Amino acid sequence: MLNVQWLTASPEEYVMSDITDISTQKIWSILEEVVDTEVPVLSIVDLGIVRSVITKEKLETGKPGTTEIIITPTYSGCPAMDVIRIQIRLTLLLHGYENIQVTTVLSPAWTTDWMSEAGKQKLKAYGIAPPNPSQQVCNTRLFAEEAIQCPLCNSYNTRRVSEFGSTACKSLHQCNDCHEPFDYFKCH
Amino acid sequence: MKKQALINYLLHLADNALILGQRNGKWCGHGPVLEQDIAITNISLDLIGQARNFYQYAAQLQGNNATEDTLAYLRDTREFKNCLLAEQLNGDWGQTVLRQFFFSSYQFQLYRQLLQSADSTIAAIAEKSLKEVIYHLRWSSEWVIRLGDGTDESHERMGKAINNLWMYTGEMFMPAEYELTLIADGIAADIKSMQPEWKQKIQEILNEATLPVPGDTVWMQTGGKEGRHTEQLGFILAELQFMQRAYPGMEW
Repeated sequence: MLNVQWLTASPEEYVMSDITDISTQKIWSILEEVVDTEVPVLSIVDLGIVRSVITKEKLETGKPGTTEIIITPTYSGCPAMDVIRIQIRLTLLLHGYENIQVTTVLSPAWTTDWMSEAGKQKLKAYGIAPPNPSQQVCNTRLFAEEAIQCPLCNSYNTRRVSEFGSTACKSLHQCNDCHEPFDYFKCH
Repeated sequence: MKKQALINYLLHLADNALILGQRNGKWCGHGPVLEQDIAITNISLDLIGQARNFYQYAAQLQGNNATEDTLAYLRDTREFKNCLLAEQLNGDWGQTVLRQFFFSSYQFQLYRQLLQSADSTIAAIAEKSLKEVIYHLRWSSEWVIRLGDGTDESHERMGKAINNLWMYTGEMFMPAEYELTLIADGIAADIKSMQPEWKQKIQEILNEATLPVPGDTVWMQTGGKEGRHTEQLGFILAELQFMQRAYPGMEW
């Protein structure tokens, strides 16, 4: 279901719990168990896919509240997003949550700037060059090349083999020093 | 009335992306080199993602159990509203990259304008899609230059590709009936106003590619936005829709 409101409208019978309270923090840490299917060292929290967690308690006692997870897709056609939606639901169900709603928002658009520092370190350790800050290179200049550091030997003497790599989010590079090919998580 | 116009507009935007995505996808396993095989299919995936977003919104508006799948798989050629350019043959690699270049430079302008759309969902989809289109535009521009200013053979093939495709480029800037009301309301992009800047970009790249730029008197083919398609679309849909038509309601 496509929903571009930043927060869903709250019907009168619900009361929103404080965004900083223990229950939402617990859910954020549970969501770290949901990993990116293509790059399993990264969680959807590392990637900045999870934008918000909203828990609502129904005022009438005895009835369960709802848990709403707001996510945003990385690339329009990313096939992992459907799997991630299912995984979020399953993981929360396994932890005993009911009435889970996963809402996708498109705006503001996902950017690699939302990837956590921890996420970037994990990528590098996995052998994928993490994204440079997006303001450096997201432009339309032709035949331009970003300076990408080899995640294996740390040299900057690398070249781009193809702007499009094994997944929508990556490009293919090769190091001229250690000669190893590697993927780069493209700035977006 | 206005709701139907909006639905038609969304279908037009979605169909553009789906049909071109489907065409590009045909290169899978047949690209000239592996990395470019991956490139064209990545672009295809981005386009299909854009189509999904627009179809989902259209289905929401249409109601009546419409879904992104019923819209993509159960409409026939007369109901498809994509521009004719999207359905043209892949031809050789040169024709494919040229088609992408013409189309991506149009989408770049289109989505930039749609960022300001009075419809917030369209604006959000445009914001998302524009980032991807920037990559498509860069990639295809570079290839047009490489092949145009390449060998004698690549140069000649690019010349032929321009002759094949140019007559389909005008339609992208001619608003359909359903677009006119929406343009007035600030929902749809004013595509006619985009044409000069588009032409400028085309000239810039074709000049660098040492390729000729066609004149302004070329007759432009139209009709795609109203459901009058070339014979190509029939074949595309026959392949795309076969499984759903043969096994209605099937799922993987």
